[in-house]
Amino acid sequence: MAHLMTISPDFNNKYLPGWFVFNTWLQKNFGEAIHLEIFDGFESCRKAIADDSVDIIYANPFDASLLLRDKGFLPVAHPSARPDEAIIAVNAKSPLTKIEDFRPGVRISSTDDPEVNMICLIMLEPADLGATDVQFTHRENYVLVAKDLIKNEVDAGFILAETFNDLSPLIRDQLRIILKSQIHVIHHMFLVSPKWADKVNALQQLLCKMADDEKGRGILRDIGVSSWDASSKEEAEFMVDLMDTLMV
Amino acid sequence: MRDMTLEDLNGYTGEERTLTYYDGFSRKIYLVDREVDFPEGKLIVSSTDPAGIIIHTNQAFVEMSGYSEEELVGEDHYILRHPDMPAVAFKGLWDTISKGVKWHGWVKNLRKDGAYYWVYATVVPNIRDGKIVGYTSVRRKPSRRKVEEMSALYKTLL
Repeated sequence: MAHLMTISPDFNNKYLPGWFVFNTWLQKNFGEAIHLEIFDGFESCRKAIADDSVDIIYANPFDASLLLRDKGFLPVAHPSARPDEAIIAVNAKSPLTKIEDFRPGVRISSTDDPEVNMICLIMLEPADLGATDVQFTHRENYVLVAKDLIKNEVDAGFILAETFNDLSPLIRDQLRIILKSQIHVIHHMFLVSPKWADKVNALQQLLCKMADDEKGRGILRDIGVSSWDASSKEEAEFMVDLMDTLMV
Repeated sequence: MRDMTLEDLNGYTGEERTLTYYDGFSRKIYLVDREVDFPEGKLIVSSTDPAGIIIHTNQAFVEMSGYSEEELVGEDHYILRHPDMPAVAFKGLWDTISKGVKWHGWVKNLRKDGAYYWVYATVVPNIRDGKIVGYTSVRRKPSRRKVEEMSALYKTLL
């Protein structure tokens, strides 16, 4: 029976085909049958995790910390030099120029990505605003968040930095960045379930050597990763502690 | 932890003081009346062992404190203690986190060069198998309103 792999639903859609190619490569090189399941949202993904259906996951830091702490998942690798950052953006013609301009009742468009929402709420601190001071509109993806901004239906948007950079110039030029996080130490992580405890070292070595050849680099490029760095238990525990500290 | 020197002040004028810490250790410090703004979008991250000795820093911590990573790691976290912070604030912090509970608060920190910076700090105990093995702290940019409010409050508690 095939093992189940998934990726946190905050992935950029343009990398979706690349993840299927990655899975094919992984199965061939690791010698295990793996089914890649793509969930349509965080709720269904978390349900599968709660049901212990997931064996391998490329998780956002928020989910990674829950998996490491509550489900005993084991860290394998993380993308090199690719920290997760978030952006607070406004319409290019907005009168808002800095965070301190934001007032209680400010209308925010966002997805239900907990990591981006957490980082952006932290960045609202200088305006003395918390989650209860803003009016959220939740959208399925960041393109719809951008459209809310362009149509002036909200005052600001919370957007994953990597996705903002991938928006078309036509859309991006109608927006303005108020603030971009520079946290540097939060990143996605490749994790496996405790059932794979005896496979962690081998999988880690395989992934960390992936960028050594052109074929591996090509597959990595198509999922937006340059190479993998090994994740240690200590690093994973630091990430869990850090996420715990950041959750307001 | 050594005494501060006039060379640390990088040309600024500072008021000399002697600061005594909770464990009785004293050192000479200089206070420069200059606030360094918290950089937009950044977070200061550090970890300590259970006794408060710094074991991990990030680049933002190095930049804001004015100390190098080598000077920070292995040092007691109270190297940042500013005399405008009342002892009761730190007592509250340690009483809370040593019980395994998260703590939030506004803190004025002393830089290596005698200047200061304000943060909104969160400290979380790191618990493994029911035991506290250290603390992780994240500091973010505070609102001016809270800085002014806490600054006035702390003056009454000194």
